[in-house]
Amino acid sequence: MNSDRLFTRFAIGINAAWLTLFALVPIILILIVSFLKPDPNFFVLMHFSPRSYLTLINPIYLKVFARSLLLALITAGCCLCIGYPFAFILAQLKTRFKPLLLLLVIIPFWTSSLLRSYAMVILLEAHGILNSFLLRWHIISQPLHLLYTNTAVLIGLVYCLLPFMILPLYANIEKLDLRLIEAARDLGASHLQAFGKVIIPLTLPGIISGTVLVLLPAMTLFYIPDLLGGAKSLLLGNLIQMQFLYTGNWPQGSAVSIALTVLMSLLLLLYLRLIPKAQRSQPL
Amino acid sequence: MNDDIIKIQGLSKHYHGQKVLDNIDLNIVRGEFLTLLGPSGCGKTTLLRLISGFENPDSGTVIINGHDVAGIPPHQRHVNTVFQSFALFPHLNVFENIAFGLRCQNISTPEINSRVREALRMVKLSELSQRKPHQLSGGQQQRVAIARAVVNQPLVLLLDEPLSSLDYGLRKNMQIELKQLQRQLGITFIFVTHDQEEALSMSDRIAVVQAGRIEQIGAPREIYEEPINLRVAQFIGQVNIFDTDIIEINDKALKVRIEGRELDLENRRGFRADQHIYTLIRPEDIKVWDETEVTDTHNMLPATVEQVIYKGSTVDLMIRLPSGRLIAATEFFDEDDDTLDYERGEKVWVEWYPGWEVLLPHE
Repeated sequence: MNSDRLFTRFAIGINAAWLTLFALVPIILILIVSFLKPDPNFFVLMHFSPRSYLTLINPIYLKVFARSLLLALITAGCCLCIGYPFAFILAQLKTRFKPLLLLLVIIPFWTSSLLRSYAMVILLEAHGILNSFLLRWHIISQPLHLLYTNTAVLIGLVYCLLPFMILPLYANIEKLDLRLIEAARDLGASHLQAFGKVIIPLTLPGIISGTVLVLLPAMTLFYIPDLLGGAKSLLLGNLIQMQFLYTGNWPQGSAVSIALTVLMSLLLLLYLRLIPKAQRSQPL
Repeated sequence: MNDDIIKIQGLSKHYHGQKVLDNIDLNIVRGEFLTLLGPSGCGKTTLLRLISGFENPDSGTVIINGHDVAGIPPHQRHVNTVFQSFALFPHLNVFENIAFGLRCQNISTPEINSRVREALRMVKLSELSQRKPHQLSGGQQQRVAIARAVVNQPLVLLLDEPLSSLDYGLRKNMQIELKQLQRQLGITFIFVTHDQEEALSMSDRIAVVQAGRIEQIGAPREIYEEPINLRVAQFIGQVNIFDTDIIEINDKALKVRIEGRELDLENRRGFRADQHIYTLIRPEDIKVWDETEVTDTHNMLPATVEQVIYKGSTVDLMIRLPSGRLIAATEFFDEDDDTLDYERGEKVWVEWYPGWEVLLPHE
């Protein structure tokens, strides 16, 4: 009993230490830096200045932000459209291959997503695998211009983030009580009505978790727009990266980061406000 | 005159090569309370699912209200089910659970409101309409499940062991309430249970289902007092079964040998001499006499009391016959016998009222 409590404290302590050291401290550092002045030689000047934040209202920044948000939303939407039926079918499968199929969803995580993005370049380029295939089978007569377009960025993001949508959805749908669908049908609901009135509301926690998990990285994965979108596609992630690596304006990059964190926190807060309600509706 | 709400003809169903329902014929009268009674796995739930449309039969037809429902999906059959697990929608409150079926049709909001409120009143849940299912007790959830089904005014209400998850006292109350509700609404109820007491106390008719077949169908009294075969007799209530040899037949009287003694019984089934039959007698029909109480032991069997189980209003006895067989007898307190003092090892004489036995031929 006593050793149990000791272990609990130990485990919580380790977690707390980890989070403090690798999450809280960096965020505080970024927050401090964002209120300092840039200095090309010493990274930052130890002078308080809210200038970086005032720059954020600049229409160029707002435009980049809006573009990023839009692309992230489209990405999340695509992931949801592909991931939901996938997770649903997977969760309802009654085969012993189910763990294997789930593993196949996770396997791509074992390779760096940077490498996988390079692979996407090879797939999508004018003389790439996709175009060669389509040309050979006479589906198209001219190579599709995919690489270095927004479509390519979108394909890359969806490809990279799809598992983040599938996994929470799968966890949620697997718990879904199929007898409720039967009850809905019994009470006169068509397939569509049963889906809209019972399945969607009951899997809403999974939908929200998946969407949040896709939205966050979709805004900031800088190397995918870099590799697949070329220089044309500037997103929030690239903006931050540029401020740090090329312009040397650390406070500016930090301010953008903080703004993004605040926004995402607000989203998470909204999510947490929605989730308890939905979870309260889980069967006992 | 055709007042059958459901006609089932030649219905068969297999699962994985195993016969679950075997050539079922069943007519269900409009407005009746019919119980499908059988042990678990006998096919009674499958029969219910064939009526509601969640399963399709391998052969045979189901006719609901004059229409063959083959190929008609569950939501268009005007048949509603109260599920064993209740299957209430956890994300909807009581009101919305009950309104669910009405909202799926194009019914105006004022009508939905008034019908749901009426249903809530009927199951005495008006105060709890805003609660979520998990905030309700088992009995309350049960009522929501019933209200949710009957609010749609179904042609037939199917109830799949709806009381089995409730505790004993609650179950007794719900039995009475369900029966009242059925009378009040006039809706045909098809009730599935494995609890014979439940079946006997609630039903207009009982269909005894065993191994995918309907063994007997009739009023509770008929099923209990005149079981058609040994399987029905053994499933419904407790019964003592004696191997019986017919010695002599005189018109309406039978002379038989039971446990080595000659007894006189009534010949109601037209048995022949030399036939080998079973005599069935319910424990409560057996009279147990103290040796000192009887002078004429004609038509009685000698026995020894082996166990006495006091039950309050009755005393259950386990009685050993000379052959070594144990039989069960239930004695009631009444004016004649207000003490019912039996002791273990006591010598007694056993008899029953002539004609209360059931005679069945060997199969």
